[in-house]
Amino acid sequence: MSFITGVGLTAFGRHEGSSTLDLMSKAAELAIADAGLTRAEIDGVLCGYSTVAPHIMLATVFAEHFGICPAYAHAVQVGGATGLAMTMLAHHLVEAGVVRHVLVVSGENRLTGQSRDASILALAQVGHPDYEVLLGPTIPAYYGLVASRYMHEYGVTEEDLAEFAVLMRKHALAHPGAQFHDPITVTDVMESKPVALPLKLLDCCPISDGGAAFVVSRERTGETGVRVLGCAQAHTHQHVTAAPALSELGAGIAIAQAKQAAGIAVSDVRYAAVYDSFTITLAMLLEDLGLAARGEAAARVRSGYFGRGGEMPLNTHGGLLSYGHCGVGGAMAHLVETHLQMTGRAGDRQVRDASIALLHGDGGVLSSHVSMFLELTR
Amino acid sequence: MSNGKQALADWTTGAEAIVYQSCASCGSLQYFRRSFCRVCGAPDPVEKCASGEGTVYAASLVVRAATPEARAHVPYNIVLVDTVEGFRMMAHGDNDLAIGDNVTARFAQFAGRLVPHFEKVK
Repeated sequence: MSFITGVGLTAFGRHEGSSTLDLMSKAAELAIADAGLTRAEIDGVLCGYSTVAPHIMLATVFAEHFGICPAYAHAVQVGGATGLAMTMLAHHLVEAGVVRHVLVVSGENRLTGQSRDASILALAQVGHPDYEVLLGPTIPAYYGLVASRYMHEYGVTEEDLAEFAVLMRKHALAHPGAQFHDPITVTDVMESKPVALPLKLLDCCPISDGGAAFVVSRERTGETGVRVLGCAQAHTHQHVTAAPALSELGAGIAIAQAKQAAGIAVSDVRYAAVYDSFTITLAMLLEDLGLAARGEAAARVRSGYFGRGGEMPLNTHGGLLSYGHCGVGGAMAHLVETHLQMTGRAGDRQVRDASIALLHGDGGVLSSHVSMFLELTR
Repeated sequence: MSNGKQALADWTTGAEAIVYQSCASCGSLQYFRRSFCRVCGAPDPVEKCASGEGTVYAASLVVRAATPEARAHVPYNIVLVDTVEGFRMMAHGDNDLAIGDNVTARFAQFAGRLVPHFEKVK
């Protein structure tokens, strides 16, 4: 068994003067304190990457900086799926008895540490260097391609996609750490600047500074435990040119395997934390995961199904779209919020029941997927 | 390429051509050049020139570009085209292309390089 014993999250947005290591350290300190542990008790470290401060050994750079000497440490790189991939690995490491307490940590000063162009350019490199990048696509364009096809096949409209941006913003308004604090409407999204059609500025997550961390342990360290019930990955392609048909993407494969590993059904889930780099990402993943029928996720947003008081509260911190996206830490915020909800510590954002949660991460262009179920144990 | 075989020149190396590979063993096609077949692993897939004919699978009009070179071209349409030969490729296309359009390739300059650019079959 493995438990998420502590979580830590900084505000997202501008952290003028903070480095990648500063943001990682801040989040790590919060998570270790939340777990009721001391630094010396951390014997494993898994970290993500930083586009601002690339390093071939970021985990040991961090460990030295933070002042710990772990028995196991390295970085993991699976794009947006990195946070959950690290959690999955940490789960298996503690279950196998390799270590007792794994610190999973990431942070990046992606907003203030480099220019917006540099960020967009760095991220576009997930494309094929010879057959895609030379054509001048951007990450929004890769997802714009997928969006155009998804809308074509399933009758989804731009107004439908806008609903997801509005929902995430509404949720972010209740979180003081979110990057955005002004409400938006479907009209605002529709009238926002075109980026890579059909995606407009408000269909896209922002670039942020921030950090997130959690501790994965063999035993619970407090009275309530958040247990990893089961998880699975799927990797069908790297480049959008080589992606399979929409009906054969990796989310469906990962969730099927995770359900088997956890021994539960999606109907058991009470809270959802789903990767939302773009509105289309969230719409597709919700439908791939079985949280809405094909082409119907937007209707469920309109009916309040994914709202704080709805049947399936979703990304109640505001997600990547409105809490913000600082790289690997961006999607880790989904897990931090899930943990707060499960343990009844989400304050004004608290949902009625988050006893079983489904988390899903996506890296690349729907290339790499991790699905995970968490359960509250008392 | 393995065994010192010369690759056919294509747009990725500045020539006005779209090249793909076909496996002599299993018949699989692939667009991204490799020294082996990605399906069966057989070495030295045969290189062929594509006709440039196809159908639009997806399209995204880029309005916000990331480099000054690309910015000079906005808006430009990034398309995925399913070729009549049976492989999918990314390219540029006329701004008014829609999914399902039958298209044919010409070549155009983009940010100092030659790129395939699809337009509707007249």
